[in-house]
Amino acid sequence: MKVVLKELTKIFPGRTKKAPEVIAVNKFDFEIPDGKLVGLLGPSGCGKSTTLYMICGLQKPSSGKIFFGEDDVTDLSPENRGVGLVFQNYALYPHMTVKQNILFPLQNFKGADRLTKAEMLERAYNVAKLVQIDDLMDRKPSELSGGQQQRVAIARALVKMPRVLLLDEPLSNLDARLRLQTREEIKRIQRETGITTVFVTHDQEEAMSISDIIVVMKLGVVQQIDKPQNVYDDPVNLFVAKFLGTPPINVFEGNVTEGKLYIGEDCVLDVDGVEDQEVFIGIRPEGFIYDESGPFHCSLRNVEVMGRDVSIVSTNESSLNPIIRSIVDADNKIDVSAEKVSFSLKPHKVFIFNKETEERIRFGKDPEQAPKTESKEE
Amino acid sequence: MVDGKKQWKAWLYLLPVIILTLVFTVWPIINTVRIAFLDDYTLMDDVGGMEFSVGVHNFEKVVNNPEFLTCLKNTLLLTVITVPISTFLALLIAVCLNSIKALNRLLQTIYFLPYVTNTIAIGIVFSTMFSMVGTGFGGENPYISTAGIINNIIGIFGIEPVNWVNTGSTYWANMFVMIVYIVWNALPFKILILLGGLQSVNKQYYDAAKVDGTGRVRTFFRITVPMLSPMLAYVVITGFIGGFKEYSSVVGVFTEDMGPPDKQGALNTMVGFINHNLMSGSPREGIASAGAILLFIIIFAVTMLNMYVSKKRVHY
Repeated sequence: MKVVLKELTKIFPGRTKKAPEVIAVNKFDFEIPDGKLVGLLGPSGCGKSTTLYMICGLQKPSSGKIFFGEDDVTDLSPENRGVGLVFQNYALYPHMTVKQNILFPLQNFKGADRLTKAEMLERAYNVAKLVQIDDLMDRKPSELSGGQQQRVAIARALVKMPRVLLLDEPLSNLDARLRLQTREEIKRIQRETGITTVFVTHDQEEAMSISDIIVVMKLGVVQQIDKPQNVYDDPVNLFVAKFLGTPPINVFEGNVTEGKLYIGEDCVLDVDGVEDQEVFIGIRPEGFIYDESGPFHCSLRNVEVMGRDVSIVSTNESSLNPIIRSIVDADNKIDVSAEKVSFSLKPHKVFIFNKETEERIRFGKDPEQAPKTESKEE
Repeated sequence: MVDGKKQWKAWLYLLPVIILTLVFTVWPIINTVRIAFLDDYTLMDDVGGMEFSVGVHNFEKVVNNPEFLTCLKNTLLLTVITVPISTFLALLIAVCLNSIKALNRLLQTIYFLPYVTNTIAIGIVFSTMFSMVGTGFGGENPYISTAGIINNIIGIFGIEPVNWVNTGSTYWANMFVMIVYIVWNALPFKILILLGGLQSVNKQYYDAAKVDGTGRVRTFFRITVPMLSPMLAYVVITGFIGGFKEYSSVVGVFTEDMGPPDKQGALNTMVGFINHNLMSGSPREGIASAGAILLFIIIFAVTMLNMYVSKKRVHY
């Protein structure tokens, strides 16, 4: 089931008459292809959860439309939309066993949809098997671990065979190890069921690792919609570039003069076809090449060895971050005692942004850098 | 933990409460038990240093006393009838209050008023509302000057005036007034507790139920009630205890006669029985003490039963 959002907008009135209204989601246009896993990503307050709740039907959009396939569901209440929602804290009914929790949505079916007891049980056990909790059916939620509760919540959302599965910050209540495991699990369940799934997260790593498509949002406005790798490799503006990637991108102030990119005094890169101007420069940690004769000079702080890679921590006056972190191959023999370190840069890992608008300025002939007209999905 | 040196300070601060508790709670309890088991106890003889024989005479007197059996019956009836009614109504009102936004504060205040009003004052108002004014009630041709506000209201619906509390009124008419009064008086506390419980229920459970298409009735019985079960257990248990201690409400409506003028004591309660025996002085202290201990045993047993039931039904 594809989900189409058309100019979806949510405006919350101000708390008092004088307080300004808040535009939580501003003209969100997007078509979620059938059977894909979409991650809504952004910092808190960016409108991602509001978007999710509008798709779910728990919140009414101020304007705009929502379609499931060809059906306009904008004015339908949640129960008539056929959505399954997994809450951030799972919202499992604490007084019911796992089995009762999973059966609960099925027992609400009315009329022709009404299932017999045996059918209900069969469906509950099937979905429990899918999320691998079929041996926990008689426990209460309080007797389960966080990861198990998560699975029960997913099972409860899936058991009624929803057209769309919605997950609100599905991994935020899990510890780091379980998070890794569970995100694989969510991916697997989504693939096996083929249900169009939308999930919300503020964790870019989480979004990158499991989404087919990610939507980056900021203050209610969609910034970029693309495959995770494309968003990482080809951010449309400084916000997106900064939001994605661990370690984060290194940002510098600099300028373009006669087709050359300068950071401080160092002419670091040729940027053909870019007008002379002040710019922000973003360089991914892996965009640095350790090169004693390289054009970019920094003060060496220390070197962290991480086995496969080496992380060079340095400083530069033009850097907007307190430190510059660059990740280079461990084969490099780095003089740890030196005060200076020099790099050359990989052009496709360097992004320059207009200083006023923070929009991306594309340069050169590199395919990643070549100007694109449409950065949307496929 | 306070270290050893400072502990005497803590004890010092606690001392007034400890002394008061010992004098006014612990000793009276011990003394009540002692008196209850002393045959033919009188205060004068006790002060005079007389020895009493230990036995269960007082208990025998109590259980063979027809007045006590009336009191027991009245107390049990009032408790068993009013606790379920008031709990159910309080739940209904709390759910309604919780779901409306407009006038919420005002209504909460109105429902809370009985709680801060004097019991006797409310009782007098009730007895006036249910009262008829005139002469010759209970006789062949009573003269009614006014039938009272309640009778006038039910008269609008074509119902004949009922003699609720005056001379010649029936037992169940009296009981009805008491039940209305006790239920109404018990509501505010229960509403307060249940409303607090409702407001602490995580909204996400309702959102989850809504997404799953759960009907209102089902949501109420499968989610709201179980979530409220600790508070429900609390108001039921305290309601039973309060019911067994019912006394001032009857005084409020019927004065210390504990019944209509022609049937004094007809609506007396356990606490009333204990009180009257105490007030009528020696040599009734033994009977009052034995009555108090029987009341304690009943309350204790019912509370245990309540706790046992709630253990199975309550989800904490």
